[in-house]
Amino acid sequence: MTSPLEQKKIKITGPSMVTANRTWDGIVIYRTADQGWSAELADAAIVRTSDEARALLTEAIADDVGAIGAYIAPVEIQDSGKIAPGNLREQIRSEGLTIELPVPA
Amino acid sequence: MRLVKQGRIATDIFLHVADGAELPEDGAILIPAARFLENAETLSQRADKIGVIWPNNRDLDDLVPYLDRVVVVALVFPSFRDGRAYSQARLLRERYGFKGELRATGQVLRDQFVFMLRAGFDAFEVKKDADADAFAETVKRYTVFYQPTGDGRVTALNRRMQLRHSESASQ
Amino acid sequence: MYAYDELDRTLINERVSEFRDQVKRRLSGELTEDEFKMLRLQNGVYLQLHAYMFRVAIPYGTLSSKQLRRLAHVARRYDRGYGHFTTRQNIQYNWIKLADLPDALADLAEVGIHAMQTSGNNTRNVTSDQWAGVAPGEIEDPRIWSELLRQYTTLHPEFSFLPRKFKFAITASEHDRAAIKVHDIGLRLLKNADGETGFEVLVGGGLGRTPFIGKTIKPFVHGRDLLSYVEAILRVYNQYGRRDNIYKARIKILVHELGIEKFAKEVDEEWKLMGDSALTLDNSVVEEVRSRFSYPAYEKLPHMPDELKQAAHDPLFERWRKNSVTPHKVQGYSIVTLSLKPVGGPPGDATADQMDAIADLADKYSFGEIRVGHEQNLALPHVAKRDLPALWKALDRIGVATPNVNLVTDIIACPGLDYCSLANARSIPIAQELTRRFSNHDTASLIGRLHINISGCINACGHHHVGHIGILGVEKNNEEYYQITIGGRADENAEVGTLIGPAVPYAEVADVIEDIVEAYLALRDRPEELFVDTVKRLGVEPFKERVYATR
Repeated sequence: MTSPLEQKKIKITGPSMVTANRTWDGIVIYRTADQGWSAELADAAIVRTSDEARALLTEAIADDVGAIGAYIAPVEIQDSGKIAPGNLREQIRSEGLTIELPVPA
Repeated sequence: MRLVKQGRIATDIFLHVADGAELPEDGAILIPAARFLENAETLSQRADKIGVIWPNNRDLDDLVPYLDRVVVVALVFPSFRDGRAYSQARLLRERYGFKGELRATGQVLRDQFVFMLRAGFDAFEVKKDADADAFAETVKRYTVFYQPTGDGRVTALNRRMQLRHSESASQ
Repeated sequence: MYAYDELDRTLINERVSEFRDQVKRRLSGELTEDEFKMLRLQNGVYLQLHAYMFRVAIPYGTLSSKQLRRLAHVARRYDRGYGHFTTRQNIQYNWIKLADLPDALADLAEVGIHAMQTSGNNTRNVTSDQWAGVAPGEIEDPRIWSELLRQYTTLHPEFSFLPRKFKFAITASEHDRAAIKVHDIGLRLLKNADGETGFEVLVGGGLGRTPFIGKTIKPFVHGRDLLSYVEAILRVYNQYGRRDNIYKARIKILVHELGIEKFAKEVDEEWKLMGDSALTLDNSVVEEVRSRFSYPAYEKLPHMPDELKQAAHDPLFERWRKNSVTPHKVQGYSIVTLSLKPVGGPPGDATADQMDAIADLADKYSFGEIRVGHEQNLALPHVAKRDLPALWKALDRIGVATPNVNLVTDIIACPGLDYCSLANARSIPIAQELTRRFSNHDTASLIGRLHINISGCINACGHHHVGHIGILGVEKNNEEYYQITIGGRADENAEVGTLIGPAVPYAEVADVIEDIVEAYLALRDRPEELFVDTVKRLGVEPFKERVYATR
């Protein structure tokens, strides 16, 4: 769970996506294949090589008005084809906290 | 880049001479500190105006002997996050009594104008044109100041004390 | 309470309108994120995992009931109905929208609350003893000086772009509740032989990646020279603090690299050159600020009122009183700590409903005043002893009367990986599990004073270095692991804890802590010997053996 802030060299070892936060409200978003963003991980464009990852990240970062802090993160493609978060950080970002909130949503 | 001077967009009469570039025969020049110091005595005798670009990590002691001979000191903001030149500006104005033009160069953005004015800058090489255009409006943002600096603005503490005195005088 | 005047209010409003303009320019694309980031940080706005986080200052930990209600309002209107009190007398909201922030700030400004410099590379919220002005034996109220420093550091034209963040803390009591030794500048208020107020000035303390205990740079700086001396320190730091490496940019590294003597010499030279500065604080100026602090009109009350005698028959009340009620400088009054550490809860969180209820109780029982302490608890600073039984019932109803103040379950924890984009591991669930393990009050009481501090990464927002037991989340092969230190403390005898051995996985942390506590119970030479003193006497070895023998 290396902090994305320390992500310098782009080298992926498995299926990955690009994620960021939406500028105006801060919610978690994922880069889609049609050069947009979605709040659903299921819509994320999946990349499998470091070159693809770099290209997707470059294109995502170019949208400086719409999104902030874009970075590459791992995903797990389940047997059903479903996209799942590839580490605990992304699980928490995608599915929410691992604790109950003081005030239920 | 636009130059703002005395609160207005102004034409820069100074030629910025880069390291290694040839010095023009005449005309106002702004030259890097190292180059100035190499030949300070001769340079400061030039007929035309001379200014010096002073890096933010160079001790001001080297500049102090020439302060009455340079008309501009340009202090550098290599990044808007690097605040060393604010200290240099205050020292030049408040400790060494520099009366010439104190120019902010480098990453000079709108949201630093008030800080820069308070530190003693009076000329700004503004990175974005829109920021330069918004100068007059931006510097009106604040009317209350907590710290005494050399810019003469009255601090909140002093205003309070004055208020107290006038209250007790009128009683 | 400090009462803002028209000038203070104007400045805050000007700051809000400036930020409104900055947000507008960001949303329209006029400002890039790179440019805006510094501007939002200067107003306490971070980006966390799920959303923006908004940090609001509670200078020197003093709040009015009106202000607390407004904090509740912000939680409800712009966030998810709760807030998190931090170790630096701030409150954080975790779910705020950037587009809503100017309105939230404007609402707060109406009651004299701001978020200026709660993050960013500038001078942060000036913190102090949460019992300032009411603690018995205090030399004088340090908040007068905290407020002078607050004003001096707010939007400073020279020091708003320092190499790194810069934190002040002040205490005026023998027992340091403000952790001044782990701040960039720590100030201990003193009187000189002539009875004049001044400060022992400490510099270069700090936690994070490289913890240092602050060193005394000057044993006595006269009060009138406080601001000019501070300015000399800041100027030396601004000029010479490292800017090439974010992890070496704090003043503690400069002090360490130069050595305190050389650093002190630089500061003294600068201070001398400043001469008779406009910053000199005449008595009249100090008195002007002092005059705007109001104090309650205390009644003449008996030391032991009947209400208290009667309630003493209730063991639950007594248990709470002994734990959470402390002496006040005025006879017949007490300071009451409100635990924000319920069993199984996230440390330091309070819901908007709790905040409103506490504000009402403050009006009824504490002259409308609330305090926030660095241990992430609240306090009502002026409670008449006769009101304690009624107050206890009311606090218990809203879940802030857990009698665990300073006990093993009074855990300091950062938000950790559940919220924070810097974290390597979770903090809150670890704290929650520990509160469950030690939920039995008699056991916790038997253990006595024991501070557990948890940080989810090396940045140390949970102050793990100075916890009696410190827990630091690290990452190993994509798994959460935790390093355990013991023997740290944040008070006047501040010390950095010692690592006991290899990091342990998430699931084992609570077991390890239980082992450490059991070892302590077996090793202490008498029940009064605190955990931290046993560690001091015996070193870490016996604890290490106990923890790793079977692992």
